[in-house]
Amino acid sequence: MSIYEITDKPIDPQRYADHVLRPEAGAVVTFTGHVREWTKGIRTLYLSYEAYVPMAEKKMAQIGGEIEEKWEGTCVAIAHRIGELDVGEVAVVIAVSSPHRKAAYEANEYAIERIKQDVPIWKKEIWETGEQWIGDQNKKPEVRNP
Amino acid sequence: MINLLYFAGIRDLTGVPEEQAPLAGRTVGELLEWAEEKYPGIRGGGARVAVNEEYALEGDVLAEGDTAAIIPPVSGG
Repeated sequence: MSIYEITDKPIDPQRYADHVLRPEAGAVVTFTGHVREWTKGIRTLYLSYEAYVPMAEKKMAQIGGEIEEKWEGTCVAIAHRIGELDVGEVAVVIAVSSPHRKAAYEANEYAIERIKQDVPIWKKEIWETGEQWIGDQNKKPEVRNP
Repeated sequence: MINLLYFAGIRDLTGVPEEQAPLAGRTVGELLEWAEEKYPGIRGGGARVAVNEEYALEGDVLAEGDTAAIIPPVSGG
């Protein structure tokens, strides 16, 4: 049994690590992504996340399926939060268990890269000087309402 | 009719989160042309279309009752 969920409640990462723990797992890697205060010199006050919930949960489950196929013996749980999040709060958790650590590390990184490509979730950054939906994270945010 | 869903920056542009459009039998590419005419700029920035919760190709044909979401570049994580 796996968990792939979008939630509007605070995320408890341990719950997902516990969920993937099994007797045959010698390693559990848990990644948490947090709200960062500073991005390229611009201070974020808080973030607002939105998702196309049913599709996002489906895409996360597909990513979990890809992982369990690529790295034998892995088990995956993923959750992403939506709504308003303060600096430091957990936006995403990915827990992967596997018999040995290498697969768990690799699979965990694969999961976050795939989430950033395909899962329909959007982040709006709210700054002291304005706000903007973020699409391409490599692009410097432009201040719309200075 | 096709149910259309809009999210994030695209919803800011359309001003509505969803609407219906008479696009059954038309392709995803034609849907994007229809949307661009109604909401100039909607295609800019690399929006994708998902039909019934799966990413679709521009040549895919829409069927009566399908739900098509216009997906701006995602930024989860």
